Amino acid sequence: MIKIEDLHKSYPIGKDSLHVLKGIDLHIKEGEFVSIMGSSGSGKSTLLNIVGLLDGHDEGNYYLNGQLIKELNEKKAALLRNKFLGFVFQSFNLIAYKTAIENVALPLYYKGMARKERLTVALDYLDKVGLKDWANHLPNELSGGQKQRVAIARALVTKPKVVLADEPTGALDSVTSDSVMDLLKDINDEGMTVFVITHEEEVAAQTKRIVRLKDGVITSDELTKVAKVV
Amino acid sequence: MFDLDRWREIFQSINKNRLRSVMSGFTVAFAILLFTLLFGIANGLGNFFKGAFVDTAENSIFVRVRQTSKPYKGLQTGRKIQLKNKDYEYISETYKNKIEYQSAIIYKNFSIKYKNEANTYSVTAVNPDYQFLEKTIVTEGRFLNKRDIKQKSKSIVIGRLIKQDLFGERPAVGKRVNMNGSSYLVIGVFSDEGGDNEERKAYIPVSTAQMMYGNNDYISQINLGYDRNLNTDAAIAFGNQMERDLRKKLSIHPDDQTALSIRNMAEANKFISTVMFALLLIITFIGSGTLIAGIIGISNIMIFVIKERTKEFGIRKALGAQPASIVGMVVQESVLITTIAGYVGLTLGTYLLSLIGDSLEEDYFITNPSVSPEIVIGATIVLVLSGLIAGYVPAKRAANIKPIEALRAY
Repeated sequence: MIKIEDLHKSYPIGKDSLHVLKGIDLHIKEGEFVSIMGSSGSGKSTLLNIVGLLDGHDEGNYYLNGQLIKELNEKKAALLRNKFLGFVFQSFNLIAYKTAIENVALPLYYKGMARKERLTVALDYLDKVGLKDWANHLPNELSGGQKQRVAIARALVTKPKVVLADEPTGALDSVTSDSVMDLLKDINDEGMTVFVITHEEEVAAQTKRIVRLKDGVITSDELTKVAKVV
Repeated sequence: MFDLDRWREIFQSINKNRLRSVMSGFTVAFAILLFTLLFGIANGLGNFFKGAFVDTAENSIFVRVRQTSKPYKGLQTGRKIQLKNKDYEYISETYKNKIEYQSAIIYKNFSIKYKNEANTYSVTAVNPDYQFLEKTIVTEGRFLNKRDIKQKSKSIVIGRLIKQDLFGERPAVGKRVNMNGSSYLVIGVFSDEGGDNEERKAYIPVSTAQMMYGNNDYISQINLGYDRNLNTDAAIAFGNQMERDLRKKLSIHPDDQTALSIRNMAEANKFISTVMFALLLIITFIGSGTLIAGIIGISNIMIFVIKERTKEFGIRKALGAQPASIVGMVVQESVLITTIAGYVGLTLGTYLLSLIGDSLEEDYFITNPSVSPEIVIGATIVLVLSGLIAGYVPAKRAANIKPIEALRAY
């Protein structure tokens, strides 16, 4: 599903450049539940942004769903993101002036689905994350955990191949963190590839495979107990 | 292409961000409002200048005489100058090909009586051409003609208000009135745009007046209409030439302004056209200044709006929005707001101008301030287009930055 070969990425800082990713090789197959662990500055967010087509890479090859990602313009990137990827961000990134159901329905709007249909589908997904009764509330009327569940519903609504979650529990307390992780597990159980970025061991331990990143290189890549049980 | 979903997105965005929408709309509405008002007032000034001369033909020349105020060639100060028929004929002979209309004038005041109604009116004895010099509008019957002059007929043309005074709703043409003891036949009724005083006048043939009231060939004043083919400068030159000739003929000192005065509308026309040109410059300056201020205003607001929405655009892009859809959304929103706001400003401005109406005419020389719809609509289109460009440029930039950078924005 995701295949990365010798990936490099630098950011210019003034005249110098900061080499963030220094040759990453990673292969994630369909249906995997992977977490990328690392301290801040390890390059894990950069990796997710590249995988999520939110940012470009400098060197190396990246195949998404077998397709080589190269010199992508914004239009094609938008199309691929809409088709294959769902995002869950640490800061939720819901649109403040849209209700929960409108936020969830937004990716379907960009897919070109008719309004009636996308609202039905969006309501289904809100129901799935347990927020059917909150459909017509604005984000600022929801708790942090509820917002993140809306964001997850929004990530799932287009039935993407991969769900990318950047510190999905970073802004949540432990109880709501667990409910969010449970949700991601359910999604994975349904066969969707889930790609989580975190610096919390507890979160990583709930995934099936942990890739550890330090200073732009992968230091370890192993399956967890969860995976071995299954 | 009508995209209901797109419109729904735009209305939601406008509705949920009311302050922002109202602010950008306000800028445009205010610019158009100011534009309309200033332009209208400047137009009103122009109308006043044009209107000040509306009831006399714009090619008129008035020849008047009084007592001399300077001795000349042995003749004393205080000598009364009198225009006579031969002066009238001298003018028409000498400047035949430069004159379009000519009329001698004698001013009188007489009581006019019809049955039991009587009143005193100013009666002007004139030649037929006077109709065109004074822009007299004959509404019933006819004006004086050459035969009236030749036969010294006792015919009279009365103003609309005299007819109202004496005849009321009854017909006047064909009736006989008693003027100063003689019976005159009403041959016509006229109206005049110069106001009520002009419509409380009566005209009789100049020859009749000379015969009846003095039995002489005296004339109070001569009015001319110079040939319209003459340009302003040639007309002024003609007036000056005629003045020199008449001074020589009547033995008047060249600098004696009281004895002979020739008022040439060509000079007034020249003044008016200078004023109108200055006014046009001012209008253009004010108009473009207001528009530029409006354009700068809307551009600033659009830049701010797009900065504020950068994160939203990042989110939309992460969810699959293509740059074109974001640019389209912003531009459509900005055009919608500027169009509505422009319309509001235009309507309000036109309404205020109509409220002002002629109320400023006496104190501020502003007559019927108004703007032609073409100009206001043109101005609105300019603002809408600039709203479009002002929205497009920053939106295009915002839509093309990488979503990750847009998401980092606050």
